[in-house]
Amino acid sequence: MSKQNINVALIGNPNVGKTSVFNQLTGLNQQVGNYPGITVEKKVGFCKLPNNINANVIDLPGTYSLNASSADESVVIELLLNKKDKLFPDVIVVVSEVENLKRNLLLFTQIKDLEIPTILVINMIDRMQLKGISLDIPFLEEQLKTKIVLVSSRKKIGVEALKTLITTYKTISTEPCLDASSIDDDYFNTLRKTFPNQSLYKLWLVITQDVNFVDLNRKALEKQSFTKTNSELKKLQQKETIKRYQFINNTLKIGQKVDSAKATDFRSKLDRVLTHKVWGYLIFFVVLFGIFQSIFEWSKIPMDFIDSSFASLSSLTNQNLPPGAFTNLIAQGIIPGIGGILMFIPQITFLFLFISILEESGYMSRVVFLMDKIMRRFGLSGKSVVPLISGTACAIPAIMATRNIENWKERLITILVTPFTTCSARLPVYAIIIGLVIPDKYVFGILNLQGLTLMLLYILGFGMAILSAYMLNKVLQLNCKTFFVVEMPNYKLPMFKNVMITVVEKTKAFVFGAGKIILAISVILWFLASNGPSEKFRNAKTIITSKAENKSLSVLEIENKVAAYKLENSYIGLMGKTIEPAISPLGYDWKIGVAIISSFAAREVFVGTLATIYSVGGSDNENTIRNKMATETNPKTGEKIFNFASGISLLLFYAFALQCISTLAVTKKETNSWKWPLGQLVFMSSFAYIMALIAYQLLK
Amino acid sequence: MKTTIASLKKGEKAIIKDFDADVIPLKLLEMGCLPGNTVQLLQIAPFGDPLYLDINGSHLAIRIETAREIEVDSITK
Repeated sequence: MSKQNINVALIGNPNVGKTSVFNQLTGLNQQVGNYPGITVEKKVGFCKLPNNINANVIDLPGTYSLNASSADESVVIELLLNKKDKLFPDVIVVVSEVENLKRNLLLFTQIKDLEIPTILVINMIDRMQLKGISLDIPFLEEQLKTKIVLVSSRKKIGVEALKTLITTYKTISTEPCLDASSIDDDYFNTLRKTFPNQSLYKLWLVITQDVNFVDLNRKALEKQSFTKTNSELKKLQQKETIKRYQFINNTLKIGQKVDSAKATDFRSKLDRVLTHKVWGYLIFFVVLFGIFQSIFEWSKIPMDFIDSSFASLSSLTNQNLPPGAFTNLIAQGIIPGIGGILMFIPQITFLFLFISILEESGYMSRVVFLMDKIMRRFGLSGKSVVPLISGTACAIPAIMATRNIENWKERLITILVTPFTTCSARLPVYAIIIGLVIPDKYVFGILNLQGLTLMLLYILGFGMAILSAYMLNKVLQLNCKTFFVVEMPNYKLPMFKNVMITVVEKTKAFVFGAGKIILAISVILWFLASNGPSEKFRNAKTIITSKAENKSLSVLEIENKVAAYKLENSYIGLMGKTIEPAISPLGYDWKIGVAIISSFAAREVFVGTLATIYSVGGSDNENTIRNKMATETNPKTGEKIFNFASGISLLLFYAFALQCISTLAVTKKETNSWKWPLGQLVFMSSFAYIMALIAYQLLK
Repeated sequence: MKTTIASLKKGEKAIIKDFDADVIPLKLLEMGCLPGNTVQLLQIAPFGDPLYLDINGSHLAIRIETAREIEVDSITK
């Protein structure tokens, strides 16, 4: 048989283990990108099937039905209705879960109406016995007009059977399993007559949703007066849903047997503790505390190792390559720049590890439930907890995660305050400054002072987010209906493979995404620091050696003085000097000033920038970034640059300032206006300046 | 006074009777909140809101103001 390429779309409700099935099919052969124009994550993987067939597997965003209520869900409909899309599926795999079959089948019956070959996967069958569930598969296959595969992605059961079944997609029925149009015969008959070439369900989706297609425009339908009032449409949608559930209930009455006596009570016991009015909050706090302590403690050794490796790599390059501009670029620009980012891989890995465990286990939904009432006092929703926690990884996916907040005002406030939470890009800055200015001591025997400071900074971020939400809630005059529906999924032991794939993907995205910017900025900085406009720069050596007070110095000391003098008179030095008056009240010198400016593109650039500046400005390359920062002194006063007062001032500045172009872009996209991101930028950055100023002036 | 989900006691079961489709989000209907289906109040969050329900086998939480709109008939005496 010749080689063949097919498209397979995976679709299903949230929390059915769809992504696990995807991971089992494709392993690490995945590409994560975005759908053009919108910030919905697009995951496509590759899978070899029997009979020489290759499959592109598309993991569509989780959705409860084809009635889209968010951008994520619109993606699903648009792909499934657009035959011209190059990912248009040859076969759809609907993933359902054995315990929630009833609800999962609603989506299935809608998909069947699209008349595309559809396979039903029933996942998590390893729980069937535990829950006392038995299924009559031949009966279900007949009623649902499909083929069913029983899968346990956890126990790796059924994946091969699924692969084989996919290859036979041409033989699978494309007939709908019920006639939903009987909810309003007259209406649908006229519709059918007017557009005889279109599938009826597709027409219905176009009428009820805000989507357009090349071959089918909403306007055409409006002209034919097929639109109804919103209230009428909603009544019809309700009727449609009831109709579908009637069919499903009747089918499952025969096809599914549940022996409820066998069902264990584990879930409700755990729920009782985790949502308890005292234990619930206490456990939540302990979980957060543990995460932040371990991020700092566990990543210490690998971080030091990476840092010192790059320092020796840099000096090795310097010694072994012929001296000149090119060697300098590599040894002083590129290597320290890359080292400045790779150093934080351990911390970022741990952070993503914990976040994905919280989400996978089902604990996150309990936190939403626990926090809703409290969060509402601040104009937020319980669902804002998820963005606020995942904001500790990165504000961008966090802002996208606000999409499932139904109330626009709550959602807007969540978007606006999320950048206050301590994202992973702040971590490098915090880590290095805490390491410099906070003593590495233990209090009460177990609490590390540095870890504690880090935790305080996280709390500060959350606190500011909540406080500004409270103010926004008072200021913003928006009237929105409050809807709130959150699914409480069953508790699951997180699957190692899923967690690992998430961690690897996210860390890769961090390293390459931030790495590109950091590399480019390092090179530019190195150039600006190694060249200067004036005579002073070119004649640095003569000027320094001719000075009377320098006559008695050793060769090495003179070299250092020359390098420092050159740096001061380079382009970057002049730029830094220009802004120095604005930042010296905060306790910063011009070098920190340059680092702050360059980190407006992305915060994590801060460390890389300082690394580059210090490498150019000194003659030794053997030292680690940390040691270089620790020994940096103010030439006028002889005081350390990174002392307690300036350190705290820097920490506060980074805690509050909005230094991330991508965050501004995503806020613009999600709010559809420049008003909100610009407001965010101005408010957060001026607040940061004022707080840093107060802190330094009080502490110095 | 009519009985709604909001007036159920913890652990109490009921049958959904009626509600105004305009005030209930479609998403809730799709998750099984339809007339004739059973509902059980499983947990009440601290401070009395939101409510954690088992509707037609689906486990979900809604706010009390939505719960007040859904009329039910209690089946546990």
